[in-house]
Amino acid sequence: MKQQQLRIPMPVRYLINAALFAAFLLVGNLLVEGRVISSYYAKVIVLIGINIILTVSLNVATGYLGQLPLGHAGFMAVGAYASAIFLTHTSIPIGIAFPMGIALGGIVAGIVGILIGIPALRLKGDYLAIITLGFGEIIRVILLNIDSVLGFKLTYGAASLKNIPKETSFFSTYLCVGIVCFLIHAMMKSRHGRAILSVRENEIAAESCGINLTYYKTLGFTASAFFAGVAGALYASYLGILNPSGFGFMKSIEILVMVVLGGMGSMLGSVVSATVLTAVPEMLRAFSDYRMIVYSLLLIVVMIFKPSGLLGQYDFSLSRTLESIFRRKPTRHPADAANAEGGEA
Amino acid sequence: MLTVNNINVYYGNIHAIKGISFDVNDGEIVTLIGANGAGKSTILKTISGLLRARTGDILFEGQDIHATAPHKIVGLGLAHVPEGRRVFARMTVEENLEMGAFTQPTGSVDDSLANVYERFPRLKERRRQVAGTLSGGEQQMLAMGRALMSRPKLLMLDEPSMGLAPILVQQIFNIILELHEHGTTILLVEQNARMALSIATRGYVLETGNIVLQGTGQELLESPAVKKAYLGG
Repeated sequence: MKQQQLRIPMPVRYLINAALFAAFLLVGNLLVEGRVISSYYAKVIVLIGINIILTVSLNVATGYLGQLPLGHAGFMAVGAYASAIFLTHTSIPIGIAFPMGIALGGIVAGIVGILIGIPALRLKGDYLAIITLGFGEIIRVILLNIDSVLGFKLTYGAASLKNIPKETSFFSTYLCVGIVCFLIHAMMKSRHGRAILSVRENEIAAESCGINLTYYKTLGFTASAFFAGVAGALYASYLGILNPSGFGFMKSIEILVMVVLGGMGSMLGSVVSATVLTAVPEMLRAFSDYRMIVYSLLLIVVMIFKPSGLLGQYDFSLSRTLESIFRRKPTRHPADAANAEGGEA
Repeated sequence: MLTVNNINVYYGNIHAIKGISFDVNDGEIVTLIGANGAGKSTILKTISGLLRARTGDILFEGQDIHATAPHKIVGLGLAHVPEGRRVFARMTVEENLEMGAFTQPTGSVDDSLANVYERFPRLKERRRQVAGTLSGGEQQMLAMGRALMSRPKLLMLDEPSMGLAPILVQQIFNIILELHEHGTTILLVEQNARMALSIATRGYVLETGNIVLQGTGQELLESPAVKKAYLGG
């Protein structure tokens, strides 16, 4: 009694998602440009977008690859400075230079990711956490002091790198959010993504299946660093001013909290928790001094009642939801029900 | 098919494998038996490249593989089912099997899947179930099925009977015999010496990193030394 199942074909799925995303971008952009949303809220919304990119990028290394790096702010800093230095020195029109800066931020952060990943990924668990924490701090200290080594002004160290063109808008940020989420999704659906997941599940079994552990660990780690660099580049042009002290250990922890709270290995979880954890401190400004207490309590409550994170490993697929709505009877295969807990998009 | 020539393997300063040599011929079931810590699993890990021998060579079909990366060794047709049923717990049975075919051309995967499902009907029933929810015996079948997905010429099994109920042990050994009849050469590491020797063409007895006895399965089953040490009198 195999029932005829409604399957939306792949190109249509992509079209539906792309169309909805384009509508979201345009409507959002109109609201922001038309000042329907105040410039304060617009700023918070852009910051949410940057944090979403940071969180989904760290989720690649923690949720999918199963490692625990603590130096994510370092990659963000590399991307931010690479893009900012490029933008403050180039004479290319800003409309072209800005996307180039974002790509450059990602590429430089990705290269640093490879350089750090190759030695660091030989270690596991808490050792990896400590070594990446160390590398993150090294990056910050280098950005702080490189000028006196080079003998000319590059990062302006503690005096801050100023006058970065403030180009980051609602549109550019959320376009990047969409592209980053799509690229990560596509990577995780491919055979390379499967290989990355199998490394998380069991390294010995993965190796005995013929998976090159070093390659796939480095690939996951580098992708994670690359997207953090993209977020950094957006952040640089969001603030207009960069100081290495903003990329310390606490920033890495902040991103990690967002990943864990959303549920490691769930992209939607990362998006939701980055949104909530960026918005909540802003909304709590009325409580002034108490807001950090409320924020901490929120974290504790979620971890007690939902230790796997808000969404666990669940991921949302619009097409699949549509399919299940249009299916006449929502009869679930018993095996599907068992899968739902650990299933991915 | 496989020749292991005078390998020495160390864990740091501990000399775990002391100059062991043995070979596996095409179409045989060869078993390595011995107590805990004799070095049985270490030998398999060294052959599949997870560990490195400090000296000695390992030849697989005439090719020296002692310095080949583990992921390449799988591609040569040498599959290792590691000890302790290491399945990808949060993936489904079918996804686990597909991972086993990672080194194979995509076009051959469906064929291999059909072949494994024929060999293990149980896995077919549970193909959409998450592997972590399978019973111990089913997980062992899955680990073996996954190794078969790489279409190995030589299948190395590390303690397939470990932690299984006697009836399941019997079932697993029947499957090993069946695989052998279909032309897979098998290198089997076991603590269950009686079972292993009863199906083996030849066997080697290991003690603290040395081979102390060798012979056909039948000879070893009847050898007084083996009887005394491993078969309970």
